[in-house]
Amino acid sequence: MDLELSEEQRLITETVRKFVREEIVPLEADLDPDASELEAPDDERLVAMVKQMGFYGLDIPEEFGGPGIDLVTRTLMAIEMSQHRAGLYAPCYDVFGGAGLAQLFEANDDQKERYLFPTLRGEKHGFFGLTEPSGGSDPARAIETTAVLDGDEWVLNGAKIFISGADVADYGIVFARTDANAGRQGITCFIVDADMPGFHVRRIVHTLRSTRYATELQFDNLRVPRTNVLGEPNKGFAIANDRLSRQRIPYAAGCIGVAVAAQAMAISYANQRKTFGDFLATRQGVQWMIVDNEIDIRTARWLTLEAADRAEKKQPYRTEAAAAKLVATEASGRVVDRAMQIHGGYGMTKDLPLERWYREIRIRRIGEGPSEVQRLIMARDLLGGSFH
Amino acid sequence: MKLRLDKPWKDLNSANISAVQAQLGVYQVADASGTVVRIGMAGAKELFGLRSALTRELQVLGPGHRFRVEVNSQYQSRWRELLMLHVADCGEVPRGNLDDRPAHLGKIG
Repeated sequence: MDLELSEEQRLITETVRKFVREEIVPLEADLDPDASELEAPDDERLVAMVKQMGFYGLDIPEEFGGPGIDLVTRTLMAIEMSQHRAGLYAPCYDVFGGAGLAQLFEANDDQKERYLFPTLRGEKHGFFGLTEPSGGSDPARAIETTAVLDGDEWVLNGAKIFISGADVADYGIVFARTDANAGRQGITCFIVDADMPGFHVRRIVHTLRSTRYATELQFDNLRVPRTNVLGEPNKGFAIANDRLSRQRIPYAAGCIGVAVAAQAMAISYANQRKTFGDFLATRQGVQWMIVDNEIDIRTARWLTLEAADRAEKKQPYRTEAAAAKLVATEASGRVVDRAMQIHGGYGMTKDLPLERWYREIRIRRIGEGPSEVQRLIMARDLLGGSFH
Repeated sequence: MKLRLDKPWKDLNSANISAVQAQLGVYQVADASGTVVRIGMAGAKELFGLRSALTRELQVLGPGHRFRVEVNSQYQSRWRELLMLHVADCGEVPRGNLDDRPAHLGKIG
């Protein structure tokens, strides 16, 4: 792995950094501190700018019209894109566009026509429905939603929880048990239309983040055509698993960006705030907090870039992605906490973004597989075999 | 927390508003017939939280209305939830929300 950024990577990173500082951050002064959407005119203007820069639809594969930027560079960009108040869950307020659900790139041609292409055109939105009230860390065993074949349709019954975006989605990718005795070999992946009878969004699940909230779903005799099975029956777990590993890299990158922004604020404040006749920056206690922040950020950054590099080179990266997710989420939480401590009372107010980051970054140690599951994944890879 | 607000209504007047705590949260305003005419939120930009937001409602809507509040620091998601529930019950957002209806309001039910 080359530890130096290429000239192109440096240029792209600086361009995104400038965009965030000059276009995104100033808009946040007028938005609600918990906002996750821009006003429509700002959104349209910034989307046009991003398209002109050639960065729109970053994560869309090149063969489907994406800009063809490698994963390491996209990871560097993700670190820059989250460096503002809403950046953790709404990096740049989505003006860089999304790729939709990655699983759909593996769908058959008919499914691509009905779901993938409309999603890439921005006409449809999807959700990812894996976690259930019975648990999310061990989906192969926890999934209790059932799907029973009845003629040409599968009949789904069950519930999902902590599902983001389902209330505004046109369809979703839903995992259900199709063989009660086959463990992870008994899970099938379905594409479910949100307007089908039997599909219910029961409530918003209110959490530490007030925007980009999660929902609770219920399926009552929801009939799904056989043509909406994604992949093959009973092979859905691999689809879920692949997504979980891949998603850990941008998930880690977003946390690092927030930590970088919090550290910049902490350094700036330490150099201007005086206590007992001198700047905070002269106090060893504060200096060590700044140093510990820097170590946390650099450690998380290199682990995340290493995972991205291996994934880009098609090398095994499950252990590296788990390590990146584990370290980035935990380290970034510590950085935001120390930055808040340095800011004193102001750090806790909604006047500064630290308050929002502090709440939202706590979710990251649990979302996309908690820290303990990341350790379990790494232990399996290091020790070999599968165990409880 | 119940899904739908079910706290007792109070008359929308200065005395009742001044008794509301200056906290973050959501509220409903109903007309004399009991029809909910607006669902609002008091975010961190409000100088005195719910009290400021309700004072503004009184200035806009005038007397003859009632209100109820829910103190809630997750005001963004709760506000959207109340709007979605109103759409599920009545088919559209309250008439006082037609101008600030979120661009991507979800469906619940």
